[in-house]
Amino acid sequence: MLPRPPQGGEGRGEGGSLTDEKISQAEKDEAAWFAERAKAGAAAAEASAAPEPGTLFDVQEMELNFGPQHPSTHGVLRLVLKVDGEKILEAKPDVGYLHRGTEKLFETETYPMGIPHTDRLDYVAAATNNHAYCLAVEKLLGVEVPRRAQLVRVVLDELQRLSSHLVWLGTSGIDLGAVTPFWYTFREREQILDFFEEYCGARLTLNCMRIGGLPFDLTPGWTERVSEFISDFPARIDEYEQLLTDNRIWKKRTVGVGVISAEECVEWGLTGPIIRGSGVEWDLRRAQPYECYDELDFVVPTRRNGDTYDRYIVRVQEMRQSARIIRQCLEKLEPGEIRGKVPRVIKPPAEEVYASVESPKGELGFYCVSNGSNKPYRMHVRPPSFINLQALPRLAKGHLVSDLVALIGTIDIVLGEVDR
Amino acid sequence: MTDEKAPAEEKKARPEAVDASGHPWVRSIRAALPDTVVSAKEFAGQVTVVVQTEAIARVARHLKDAEDFKYCVDITAVDWKTRAPRFDVVYHLYSFSKNARIRVKCTAADGEEVPSIASVFLAANWCERETWDMFGIGFSGHPDLRRILTWEGFNGHPLRKDFPLEGIDTGAAVYPEEWPEGGGPSQKDSNRKVVS
Repeated sequence: MLPRPPQGGEGRGEGGSLTDEKISQAEKDEAAWFAERAKAGAAAAEASAAPEPGTLFDVQEMELNFGPQHPSTHGVLRLVLKVDGEKILEAKPDVGYLHRGTEKLFETETYPMGIPHTDRLDYVAAATNNHAYCLAVEKLLGVEVPRRAQLVRVVLDELQRLSSHLVWLGTSGIDLGAVTPFWYTFREREQILDFFEEYCGARLTLNCMRIGGLPFDLTPGWTERVSEFISDFPARIDEYEQLLTDNRIWKKRTVGVGVISAEECVEWGLTGPIIRGSGVEWDLRRAQPYECYDELDFVVPTRRNGDTYDRYIVRVQEMRQSARIIRQCLEKLEPGEIRGKVPRVIKPPAEEVYASVESPKGELGFYCVSNGSNKPYRMHVRPPSFINLQALPRLAKGHLVSDLVALIGTIDIVLGEVDR
Repeated sequence: MTDEKAPAEEKKARPEAVDASGHPWVRSIRAALPDTVVSAKEFAGQVTVVVQTEAIARVARHLKDAEDFKYCVDITAVDWKTRAPRFDVVYHLYSFSKNARIRVKCTAADGEEVPSIASVFLAANWCERETWDMFGIGFSGHPDLRRILTWEGFNGHPLRKDFPLEGIDTGAAVYPEEWPEGGGPSQKDSNRKVVS
């Protein structure tokens, strides 16, 4: 029987003081244990008889279907893997299981009727979908959104970003065996969903924006409750970070997994936390500000290594920034109009526009072609998840099957958006 | 903030398309690849260049290398149904250094192949597959042109204007010969079909 690995981080018992020396010593012990285990394994393999000629033990390539019904694919993603033992030689994503023809539906309904369909794209972040759709139509019409509506839209967007990142943090933690953060993140997400419910009556499929502004004004006391939640939120993020950021198991599963350079990110069209994790300070809220993002004070967090761990850090930092943005917006909020001057029947000029927002997953764009009637002639969605998923084979190549789970998590896909 | 923006917004209130053939990017394409630009316009601050279909890959390469449009945002198509070349293929490119987008369009007749730009931008791969799947526009030189959102063997291209909204009978859904008592679609429903 092999010796048990040494227990790492003994310092934790003494008031949690985990010094660098203790960590490096623990890592050395562990590495020695691994080396010993590898030696023992090699000796055991040598001792056992060599495989008889004619068996397949020397060629171990095989094809493995991963999904579509697999909990770590967060929906119905199927991957056809070519594996050599545990090592992935090739991964081919197969998408489309959730295709509902949303773009076709847009063409058959008037402009305002399209908004509820956008909820069903990225169903974890409905507000940003609504926002991108409304921005595209507003650009086509040349409508100005009143200031109060702009600020509330930003608050809703950022609350949505928080809830989306919380879902991501919880579920991708579970994928890698860290079950605890899930209960913490969903505790806060529940509160955010309650805010949405109070505002528009829905928790997930929000339908919370209208062309030219908002459907309703805020309910009394909503801003106070949100600001109370937000002032408490950074402490909650500390709690998640305490569970994961310095967790050695978490780091071993994420550091150096799925490394991608900034140049490759651009080449693959990757956006959102992925490109920022690779060191490109690019965020549409900063690069091409919409609504009132240009007057808000926030930082675009970036990291340099471009691995799964860095993308985790970027998302956590983004949550802190979102909390800052919400606080600023609530301070600026003043009574006023919530809808701009939009005609009763929306008939934009026969033109085309592309409008995009920074959704929690990356650049979410709507390309709208009008032929002058009250229905869009063509409405195309540029979903961040779809484009980001394209790079999964590149990320997965050479990694182990268990790392694939980490990689699907780190891209943060929502299949509703991938398949539309 | 509102005072400063007011005049610009008033002008924006009625957005109109203007000719953009004098735009530096359009001139750059013209200079490098003569006789490729068909027309150019600007609407709501977005530049659209229509180019010759056979030159699209060269235009994409030029925009990427010379004009620094390194990020291929999106590729899609528009079905004009009755127009002579039936489809528009639409490319959106973004430049990090300019912080600007450009929209490049070319036309495609039904059954005509458009040169693929998947060798110029890796990101174009799935976008072109999606365009093929949804519109039936082929891309010559694409490394792996398969359907992506529908399945292999699906008959038709859903985003064409002549594809019925209610869908087609793909044979994928199998109904029982007889519905249970009180179940199934109404007897009067014309869509009621029995496939064994």
